[in-house]
Amino acid sequence: MTDTPLLEVQDLSVGFRAGKETLTAVDQANLVIYPGQTIAIVGESGSGKSTMAHAIIDLLPGNGRVLGGRILFEGDDIATVGRDKILALRGSSIGLVPQDPMSNLNPLWKVGAQIKEALVANDVAYGAEADRRVVELLEEAGLPDAERRARQYPHEFSGGMRQRALIAMGLAARPKLLIADEPTSALDVTVQKQILDHLDMLTDSLGVAVMLITHDLGLAAERADHLVVMYRGRVVESGPALEILQDPQHPYTQRLVSKAPSIASQRLSSVKAREEVRAQAVEHAAEVAAEVAHSGEEFGEGNKDILVVENLTKVFQLRGAKPWVKTDFTAVDDVSFRLQRGTTTAIVGESGSGKSTVARMVLDLLPVTSGRVLFDGVDIKELGSKKLQLRFRRQMQPVFQNPYASLDPLYSIYQSIEEPLRTHEVGTKKERETKVRDLLDKVSLPTTVMSRYPGELSGGQRQRVAIARALALDPEVVICDEAVSALDVLVQAQILELLNDLQAELGLSYLFITHDLAVVRQIADNVLVMQEGKVVEQSSVNEVFDNPREAYTRKLLDAIPGGSIPLASS
Amino acid sequence: MPETRPGQERFVAPVDQTPLRAIDAVDVDAVPESQWKEAWKRLRVSPLFWLSVVIITFIAVMIFFPTLFTSSDPSRGSLDNSFEPPSEGHPFGYTQQGYDVWARTVYGARASVAVGVLSAIMTAVLGMITGAIAGFYGGIVDTLISRVSDIFFSIPLLLACIVVISVINNMWPNRGFWGAVAVVVVALSLFAWPQITRQMRGAVLEIKNLEFVDAATAIGATRMTNLRRHIVPNALAPVIVASTISLGVFIVAETSLSFLGLGLPSNVASWGNDLSAAQNQVRSGQHLQLMYVPAAALALTVLGFILLGEAVREALDPKARKK
Repeated sequence: MTDTPLLEVQDLSVGFRAGKETLTAVDQANLVIYPGQTIAIVGESGSGKSTMAHAIIDLLPGNGRVLGGRILFEGDDIATVGRDKILALRGSSIGLVPQDPMSNLNPLWKVGAQIKEALVANDVAYGAEADRRVVELLEEAGLPDAERRARQYPHEFSGGMRQRALIAMGLAARPKLLIADEPTSALDVTVQKQILDHLDMLTDSLGVAVMLITHDLGLAAERADHLVVMYRGRVVESGPALEILQDPQHPYTQRLVSKAPSIASQRLSSVKAREEVRAQAVEHAAEVAAEVAHSGEEFGEGNKDILVVENLTKVFQLRGAKPWVKTDFTAVDDVSFRLQRGTTTAIVGESGSGKSTVARMVLDLLPVTSGRVLFDGVDIKELGSKKLQLRFRRQMQPVFQNPYASLDPLYSIYQSIEEPLRTHEVGTKKERETKVRDLLDKVSLPTTVMSRYPGELSGGQRQRVAIARALALDPEVVICDEAVSALDVLVQAQILELLNDLQAELGLSYLFITHDLAVVRQIADNVLVMQEGKVVEQSSVNEVFDNPREAYTRKLLDAIPGGSIPLASS
Repeated sequence: MPETRPGQERFVAPVDQTPLRAIDAVDVDAVPESQWKEAWKRLRVSPLFWLSVVIITFIAVMIFFPTLFTSSDPSRGSLDNSFEPPSEGHPFGYTQQGYDVWARTVYGARASVAVGVLSAIMTAVLGMITGAIAGFYGGIVDTLISRVSDIFFSIPLLLACIVVISVINNMWPNRGFWGAVAVVVVALSLFAWPQITRQMRGAVLEIKNLEFVDAATAIGATRMTNLRRHIVPNALAPVIVASTISLGVFIVAETSLSFLGLGLPSNVASWGNDLSAAQNQVRSGQHLQLMYVPAAALALTVLGFILLGEAVREALDPKARKK
């Protein structure tokens, strides 16, 4: 290995024009990559990490430009050279694997033709020779049956396969540097691991340097030996990966290291904290249950198991090959579980495992094909009167995944939180306002947001509003369907803490649906692992983490990035 | 552990350079803005919008206070004045029948704009109801409404109106001004609603699957409540845009029908009737102002409404705006 850097970024500043102002997205950033080395740039959304990558290959959008600094590629400043020089560099010297595999392949072109384009554009190969290379490249990227695959269209590929095709494309002209911009964020964890393992192997054998851009500190530390942490457009800390992880210096890095779920979930402290939460929650829940059991007015019987799901099955009828033929698709297959008062049961699974379908059926938003859902001893399908059905709705509330779609954009925050109270005709207008203020206080939002609209709040703040709305009717069960999945790491940690606090304070019971096993340890007591509609493993959190019985569970646990990193004792 | 290479030594930025912000803090001072208020804010700075406002205000004044523009009576013609050239108070002279050209044009605005506005409102109402029902209930109801709207969509608007109005003309010959307007409005709306239906159906289909609708259901809201309180209000924007733009189209359609002698009866002052009467002048090449004046009024009015539609579209759909 040589000691001349492949890429040097010196005091790079990038700005975006917005009206008359220029907003600085990257502020005097420095980094160095040596040939064949893998480095990772870590930061939350808006930290400027992608902007820096785009500046390097001159792919900034029209209103963005380099304000200062130098980008030296093999010693030449490429920040100031003309378009031709950059065009010559792109592909042949610097390759890019973009973020979203779903939108980065042209749906009208065969996959092979799109990779061939990369070969022809960089004068690597032409004609039949290029076709042969395409197959080799796809094979190299780990696609079985590459010859047939090259003749297929993107819609015939799964997300993981598309990402492999994009990797093949990025490496087509054998670049010296590959920029991978969140290459696996849109994929399931097990697929993510496969693809990154393969990318590691490939770039190692080819001697390609990799600049990995990611929001996941665990993943970054596992894959790269040099880390660059960005915050608000600046590089706040950089250095050897292990050193940073074990001894973070900058307060932002410290925050990140302490909150990143993949790393935090390994800490015993999070398990202990969870135990305390549960102890309090169960105590409060028992008080609630006693009240329910004594007063005849409340809904339910005051059972210990607030929610019992028995043999729940959902069969969807899909359009078959012919319009009059319907094929059955079993999305949820014989799922049973119990949720105890004051505890959290997590349902974990990859996309398509049926976990959200379970949530929707429990919420009575989707009719069940067979099986029963008992809420505190009452079958929710046998609530005869409209009045009882409405009464049931008060006891169980959802918090959904997408903070941008779960609030009506035309409703002010006040209207959104007041809506359940109004629907159930709770209290007078004055009392309702007091209640809304109280709820906002519970989710730590200032009352000044009452008159605002969802569009003016951040994702995390909207999720707080959604939680406040869910709590408006004093439910006993809250169903969180991927409620923290769309949030930045630190915000996610904050919302998880909020959910824990509320559980301890109010004795709530949660059904927590997630694809991310890493957060489970921070919030859940019991876990259901689902695969293709079936429950493959069901146990307590500690049992599943320490002694997974099923191969699939082990695979999921292994795929949590950063699992193998030794942590400093804390 | 690999050795640290030059340029990759441990680096920690001074904390005061990038001070930590509270995670996800709320800006307490920001002023709340609803979607409509925001749209109005964008509209307010749009030159297109103000140009259309000027034009439409001008037309509106012409409709409500025609006497500000002319003192002649548009319905009183005298053959003594046939083809009289322009004179004091009669800036564009007289028609063959001896009507004041300017007065006819000023009073003609009323019929044209009435037809345009009423047709736009009626198609919007029809289209919104059918579209919302089709999109929301789906299944057989959707198929039924969609196919019927397809059938109506496939019939050329003007041709269909010609047939309908001819039939009504035979059944109800001597109708007054509002009767005549009503017939044209009904004929136009009868064949123009599918466009709005499609818009509305598409918007409702998209919105009904959003999570806030599920959240409302989980609260205990009924389907009707959801449709009324959440889905329709959110689907309104594209319909408003389509209706505003269609307004100009309806005015043109009315003029075309009147030109063919099928829109408003010839005793009603309307631009289409004036243009129809001016056909001979086009052929002879004399007294061309008989055609130019109502044509210019028509063009200006349509331009006004189309500009308004465009401005509203830009304000309500910032994604469609040019960079």
